[in-house]
Amino acid sequence: MAVCVAVIAKENYPLYIRSVPTENELKFHYMVHTSLDVVDEKISAMGKALVDQRELYLGLLYPTEDYKVYGYVTNSRVKFVMVVDSSNTALRDNEIRSMFRKLHSSYTDVMCNPFYNPGDRIQSRAFDSMVTSMMIQVC
Amino acid sequence: MEAAAGGGCGSGPPLLLSEGEQQCYSELFARCAGAAGGGPGCGPPEAARAAPGAATAAAGPVADLFRASQLPAETLHQITELCGAKRVGYFGPTQFYVALKLIAAAQSGLPVRIESIKCELPLPRFMMSKTDGEIRFGNPAELLGTKMQIPYLITEKNTFKRMDDEDKQQETQSPTMSPLASPPSSPPHYQRVPLSHGYSKLRSSTEQMHPAPYDARQPLVQPEGASTGGPGAKPPRHQTSLIRSFSVEREPQDNNSNYPDEPWRITEEQREYYVNQFRSLQPDPSSFISGSVAKNFFTKSKLSIPELSYIWELSDADCDGALTLPEFCAAFHLIVARKNGYPLPEGLPPTLQPEYLQAAFPKPKWECALFDSYSESMPANQQPRDLNRMELSIKDMADFPVPIQDVTGDDKQALKNTVDEVLPKDMSEDPATPKDSNSLKARPRSRSYSSTSIEEAMKRGEDPPTPPPRPQKTHSRASSLDLNKVFQPSVPATKSGLLPPPPALPPRPCPSQPEQASEAELHPQLNRAPSQAAESSPTKKDLPYSQPPSKPIRRKFRPENQATENQEPSTTVGGPASVAAAKPHPTVQKQSSKQKKAIQTAIRKNKEANAVLARLNSELQQQLKEVHQERIALENQLEQLRPVTVL
Repeated sequence: MAVCVAVIAKENYPLYIRSVPTENELKFHYMVHTSLDVVDEKISAMGKALVDQRELYLGLLYPTEDYKVYGYVTNSRVKFVMVVDSSNTALRDNEIRSMFRKLHSSYTDVMCNPFYNPGDRIQSRAFDSMVTSMMIQVC
Repeated sequence: MEAAAGGGCGSGPPLLLSEGEQQCYSELFARCAGAAGGGPGCGPPEAARAAPGAATAAAGPVADLFRASQLPAETLHQITELCGAKRVGYFGPTQFYVALKLIAAAQSGLPVRIESIKCELPLPRFMMSKTDGEIRFGNPAELLGTKMQIPYLITEKNTFKRMDDEDKQQETQSPTMSPLASPPSSPPHYQRVPLSHGYSKLRSSTEQMHPAPYDARQPLVQPEGASTGGPGAKPPRHQTSLIRSFSVEREPQDNNSNYPDEPWRITEEQREYYVNQFRSLQPDPSSFISGSVAKNFFTKSKLSIPELSYIWELSDADCDGALTLPEFCAAFHLIVARKNGYPLPEGLPPTLQPEYLQAAFPKPKWECALFDSYSESMPANQQPRDLNRMELSIKDMADFPVPIQDVTGDDKQALKNTVDEVLPKDMSEDPATPKDSNSLKARPRSRSYSSTSIEEAMKRGEDPPTPPPRPQKTHSRASSLDLNKVFQPSVPATKSGLLPPPPALPPRPCPSQPEQASEAELHPQLNRAPSQAAESSPTKKDLPYSQPPSKPIRRKFRPENQATENQEPSTTVGGPASVAAAKPHPTVQKQSSKQKKAIQTAIRKNKEANAVLARLNSELQQQLKEVHQERIALENQLEQLRPVTVL
């Protein structure tokens, strides 16, 4: 159950960012922004190898006291960043991977829509509902 | 709200009835009991149940009511047994309510068991002539329901109104007739126009937002309301809206009643119109329209991009970036509905699902077969009115450049012709090339070769004098000679109407609107080849004009066909001279049709080849980039090392 989900374009601006509304959203935005550096670092580390060999799932980018940040990059350099509550220990790596896979597949569906211009903000309702299903429900 | 289990029915299950159900059941009970002259349980259900012995529904009316539910007799027997009437020998309120619930369950597709009635169920539906009782309740609440958010939900409540008008239609095939059927409030109105003119007053009260034409249409189409299954259509609607899981079972029944009683149901004419539009973009009805082509087409509707984006999201069920025919019809229908003021649904309505559309309407063959299949399902009396509706609905789609005035009432062919003739003018800018599903799924947005103005002008300008010399080519292609038979029987007008769309397909010579970068790469190649061929045959316009492009393409991408390719130009050059003497115009048409088929098959092959090569191209380019980068890195290293050695 993610606390914040963000889709970052290749040029490192957000296409879609959404966090659990009760918390201070600015904090999550900042965390996502700082995590981009870590993402770039991980990508460039594999830079010399062929793109195919680079795995899409980047894993844990960095942990903080309260949160853990996971990253995922697509072949077109679109990054998905997910912030997860640290207290949620039941969340396993495989689950995170599957969540990223769902994100990726929904993102692909958004891209397939001819009315979506790459680089626009993602306003697809299907994408929204998928992200909602992944977000933690903080009552 | 629990029935007194002890009542007449010894082991009667506790009944949990909702408000609406209570009202409905009590009314029905009152009617059945009232018919028998006994004191009905029209008071609160509890009171009735409390004194079961005091009120019983007579067996006669009850049996009639059950038969009106159109469940099979065996099911009805089961129901009567289960509800306990047989046991106690009469239909007390308890048994009656249980029976009604079981009928609702059976109509929803649930097995007839006591457990079935424990869950939330829609109201049972009966086809009955005396529906005044039902009309009273439910109607005001829903009619005042303003804008319809979900058309089918409202239709559920309002459907009974229609029943009143169409009580003659009790013999309708659809079993799911609801006495609660009523004319739609605002949105359904769009398609319910043909029905229940009698309710125009009611409708107008709820449909102030509707454009005037709809109301004007009502008298036109009112008799149609009396025709088959008018009510039949909506009961399935509300079932599906409430219990989506049963929608699959409902659908076959829906097919029996092709009534446009909802805004989300596609009528025959609309379907034909959508199919025609599809063909103008993509002549192969079993293939796709690419995303970019569809985008340009739908953008003409002048809806906002977010709305179009949402409509696409709803209609492209498999999210492949391309629209098959049912998806296209659904998208088109949503656009039309949206333009007419209906809010977009949250999810794709069941009548617009691709599976439903494919089941409901067979894949369109050529025009004759198409009309035949439709006329089977549509009663004859509907047709003139359907066309009227089509005409008016086309008027509303004024943003699409479609001729309205040309629509004549009775001749479907004429309708198609006018639509066909107009379409090329406007849609030819974005022809979609036929795709093979497997090969081109990977590139949904590839290729829209634009034919456009040059080709059209040439075709129209130079039609007669140059008899197309290509017939030999089609023969050598081994394409079926039955093409002649296919096209000859059809009306020549139709043929001429068909002519424009196909030539739109292979407009290689003038890629004036390259849509994608990949196409830009391909186009120069294609350009070179067509120009050569064009030069060689300057006199050939019209269909011959479309031939040269496809040949050069094959030359480029299909080396194995080169031999045949090279032979064909020579034969075709010799051809026109000899054929020129022959009757130009009919020959042109026959040959054009043959050529059209040949062109289309050739195009498909070319598309496949294109897709493969394009993919290869992109992969190679990527590799090239990487190699470049490595080379740069190595050169840098070399430069760094060089000063060291020089020292």
